[in-house]
Amino acid sequence: MEYLPNILFTLALAAGVGFFVFNCRKLIRNIKLGRDENRSDNKPQRFKNMAKIALGQYKMVRRPVSGIIHVLVYLGFVIINIEVLEIIIDGIFGTHRIFSFLGSFYDFLIAVFEVFALLVLVGVIIFWIRRNLLHIRRFINKELKGWPKLDANLILYFEVVLMLLFLTMNAADLSLQLRGADHYAQASGVVGAFPVSQFIAPLFENMDTASVIMIERAAWWIHILGILVFLNYLYYSKHLHILLAFPNTYFARLKPQGEFDNLEAVTNEVKLMMDPDADPYAMPEEGSADDVPAKFGASEATDLSWAQLLNAYTCTECGRCTSECPAHQTGKKLSPRRIMMATRDRIEDIGKNIDANKGEFKEDGKQLLDDYITREELWACTTCNACVEACPVGINPLSIIMDMRQYLVMEQSAAPSDLNNAMTNIENNAAPWPFNQMDRANWINEI
Amino acid sequence: MAEAIKVPTMAEFMAQGKTPEVLFWVGCAGSFDDRAKKITKAFVKLLAKAGVEFAVLGTEESCTGDPAKRAGNEFLFQMQAVTNIEVLNGYEVKKIVTACPHCFNTIANEYPGLGGTYEVLHHTQFLKSLISEGRLTVEGGKYKGKRITFHDPCYLARANRIYEAPRDLLAKLEVELVEMKRCKTKGFCCGAGGAQMFKEPEPGNKDVNIERTEQALETKPEIIAAGCPFCNTMMTDGVKNKERESEIEVLDIAEMIAAADDL
Repeated sequence: MEYLPNILFTLALAAGVGFFVFNCRKLIRNIKLGRDENRSDNKPQRFKNMAKIALGQYKMVRRPVSGIIHVLVYLGFVIINIEVLEIIIDGIFGTHRIFSFLGSFYDFLIAVFEVFALLVLVGVIIFWIRRNLLHIRRFINKELKGWPKLDANLILYFEVVLMLLFLTMNAADLSLQLRGADHYAQASGVVGAFPVSQFIAPLFENMDTASVIMIERAAWWIHILGILVFLNYLYYSKHLHILLAFPNTYFARLKPQGEFDNLEAVTNEVKLMMDPDADPYAMPEEGSADDVPAKFGASEATDLSWAQLLNAYTCTECGRCTSECPAHQTGKKLSPRRIMMATRDRIEDIGKNIDANKGEFKEDGKQLLDDYITREELWACTTCNACVEACPVGINPLSIIMDMRQYLVMEQSAAPSDLNNAMTNIENNAAPWPFNQMDRANWINEI
Repeated sequence: MAEAIKVPTMAEFMAQGKTPEVLFWVGCAGSFDDRAKKITKAFVKLLAKAGVEFAVLGTEESCTGDPAKRAGNEFLFQMQAVTNIEVLNGYEVKKIVTACPHCFNTIANEYPGLGGTYEVLHHTQFLKSLISEGRLTVEGGKYKGKRITFHDPCYLARANRIYEAPRDLLAKLEVELVEMKRCKTKGFCCGAGGAQMFKEPEPGNKDVNIERTEQALETKPEIIAAGCPFCNTMMTDGVKNKERESEIEVLDIAEMIAAADDL
């Protein structure tokens, strides 16, 4: 029975990590449902972007208030995770503060964790106030109604509870160390420095040792189990960005924002049309690289590239894109954030469908276009790239809008009629307006 | 100007066995739109004044395909692109200047992948280089000390990170430049991009150009400077909508430089 806690802990850890890995594999499979796209060029630049944008939070601080608080919470999260390592080792082997042999450096570490825990606590409370009490437009948008809003708040509650448990655990531990309780007291005196929890510890002074041990154990257990639950919550939440921000910034587009990719399949067809020596009856070589794709553009999430689907899973719904979008700012239905949320919803639904049907997608009568993203949203975009510029983790909502417009125009000829007129003009007289190309140089005579 | 300016075409240059220093890509707006034609003419006057040997394609120019591509018609875009590239490569064009950021972006970024690689400059960049080479001199003249705000074209500033050249030119004009809250890479679209110029906007509570014009008016400008014929149209319409056209002018920077010199 002596080893029961160790065994229980190891089982909980294995279950927590195991289920997380299970879901990660599903996540990776879903992302790979997207079409292929090469994002492996220029690795040094990609690493630089990841270091600057994800690790360095360079774009976050463009909005100083939310940015700086976010940096604190982010740093706190990363740094306090070092302590989780000690907690896991202690849990498996039943040790007490295994890293305490580090001596004064250990004191320093624990002190830093405590200070950050307090900063995270303050930061998260400010976040909650911003999200729920101050009427900040990007947090009260239509698309955040229901689950997205609950999700955002749940993350904040999780963090508050975890930080409080961490500090309670430390306070009880300090109290036990001070009274020389078995297992806690060490020959070298008090290990760890507790700049924050030393103010909580006096609450335990008048309790008997057994009760304090109860409190310490309870806090310790709920804290680490809470972390395992939180880890597994990620896959179901917008909070996935804490992991995916790194690959997403690494794989983000490197070209100028104004450059939209040229569709290769179209290039091949256009070249064939322009080539006077081309044999119009020639059959394409079987399996050749220039096979015409089944579809131009995207009407379904699986028509998008894996990088676009990674974008969708990375989105943490902060709404900076939407708050900069000129269409959204002027009351149009388009919200770039909603484009990302709808794309994630769709690829998730496809993934669930595959799971439910033994690994094969069963037609569900739905698709990304119309059922998740409406045409009205797509046509409201001015392609100004403000959303792309605003995203702190390198997401490109515009590329999805463009792919879907391509489907509408090239597969369905379903552009708004004014646009059809403009395009007909370009075809017939090489300008979007109905002017004769022969009049193009008339201005010269007007000087 | 006393004597008429000659605007030669690439064909005329070729007939004489010569190549110009730069091709001026006029663009559809600059060729056909009455307001944009004024920008074209102002820029041509500056080129002539600086003694630049330039040419235009004239009737051989055709739409770059930008609005088609942004509307989703990749096929039409590539047809336009390949046609234009054939003409440009046929004339062995090396350097292109244009007063339209959409043409600029498309030719500079999207033509190379289709076989058309050129040095492409926005007219504000080209004018700036003419000044620094001492071929063109600019003095404040009638704009000295005037309160001016500059509206960044998306396809110049955010899309291609060019926002200093137009500001450097405004500095040469000795204006008092007042920035809008949203400027440079954070600029706010005029509402014309992405082929919106050629369609009715989706339902909303305001037109994008009205919103941007309001942002510009907050700076209390005497002139709204622009660097794109489409932005120019949108901002001009916005100012008219606010019934302020008698006090506030919307001008392209090339027009301002030409007017400062009484060209």
